[in-house]
Amino acid sequence: MIFLVLLSIGLMVLDYRVTALSQLRAALSMPLAPLQYIVSWPIQMVDNIVDTISTHDRLVRENLDLKTEVLRLKAQMQRLLAVELENNQLKSLTLSKNQLQGKVLIAALLAVATDPFINQVLVDKGTRDKLFVGQPVLDAYGVMGQVIQVGPLTSRVLLINDSHSGVPVQVVRNGIRAIATGDAYTRKLRLTNVTLTADIRVGDLLITSGLGDNFPEGYPVGQVQKIDKDPGLQFATITVEPAAHLDRSRGVLLVWPNNPALLDPKS
Amino acid sequence: MNYPRNNWIIPGTFVVAFILTLLPMPAWALWLRPSWVLMVLIFWAMAEPETINVGIAWIIGIFLDVLEGTLLGEHALALSLVVYLVVRMYTRLRMFPLIQQGFSIFFLVLLYQFILFCTQGFIGNSPNSWLYWSSSLTSMLLWPWVYSIMRGRTDVKIV
Repeated sequence: MIFLVLLSIGLMVLDYRVTALSQLRAALSMPLAPLQYIVSWPIQMVDNIVDTISTHDRLVRENLDLKTEVLRLKAQMQRLLAVELENNQLKSLTLSKNQLQGKVLIAALLAVATDPFINQVLVDKGTRDKLFVGQPVLDAYGVMGQVIQVGPLTSRVLLINDSHSGVPVQVVRNGIRAIATGDAYTRKLRLTNVTLTADIRVGDLLITSGLGDNFPEGYPVGQVQKIDKDPGLQFATITVEPAAHLDRSRGVLLVWPNNPALLDPKS
Repeated sequence: MNYPRNNWIIPGTFVVAFILTLLPMPAWALWLRPSWVLMVLIFWAMAEPETINVGIAWIIGIFLDVLEGTLLGEHALALSLVVYLVVRMYTRLRMFPLIQQGFSIFFLVLLYQFILFCTQGFIGNSPNSWLYWSSSLTSMLLWPWVYSIMRGRTDVKIV
């Protein structure tokens, strides 16, 4: 008994301090992945059935809506492509390595609950699809998080509102940099170490700054929701509403950045 | 206890407990989820203390850690400590009427949650909601049903 207690305490300390145990975790996740698929399957099945029996009228209407949306987005794309090309050219002129756009893969979330302490999700892609630890994960609205564990069939994504997550951000309006850490209980983000005098207002949009070489530059992270400036404290308490639909998105985008420095976090 | 029994029953019940643990729940019921795996473990530790021992509990705990994404060893520690207590006093637990058994389960699950609470506290995200403890209450309320169903389905003769 005492041996087991010491063993578990040792494991916990190792798991917390050293990353070596992630290999063991990945190996163990392989035989357990079928369980996660079993739980997720009936839920996705019900969704599929709902899709199948939705009426013809609704589908026609939805189709029309989507077509107009595609048209609108295509029009925006044309402009964006030109801007992006120009941007990359300018950046290569200034020898900046953070160029936009890279390879993207769409993954589905598994409908599986995790411990309420933890804001993580499982996706149905793994080493088969060449995912890597530290890979940024986005949804249609903004940054969702990063991959923290890659198994053969499933991978675990740490959401940006987990208390162990930190995203380097900057304010779009004036470029002030900060780090947005997660607050697990309010399910929001918090800007750490921002001085009372910093020019950040409610409603400011935050995007990834690309510093720290973990997230690519320029993706929306959230919007400043509340600022609490207590003169007794050294730093302001700034609450940020995440832009990504962290608890609603079903499909996520896994991004392979162009920048080789991002591909291998150890280099 | 020597009687013919299907070898797959014990793993089967654990698989069901894992599935119940993974099943997504609406946000309001987040903290109400009973500790299914612990309840099944307590049942087997009571029924067959010579098969389900502390080591088995530890291995089940490691699986639970991997499934839930918690610190490796956290659930293992909590489960093996609780099963240690159950194996020590299984003869008494078997004699209790269902209601009294339910109360013992309440305190065992409370201990389990307390160990998890402490480990989470060490790494700096302990829950700030009192609802966290409600899981031991739901476990206690569900215990008579779990106990009756498992005893009926598995043909284990306790008492």
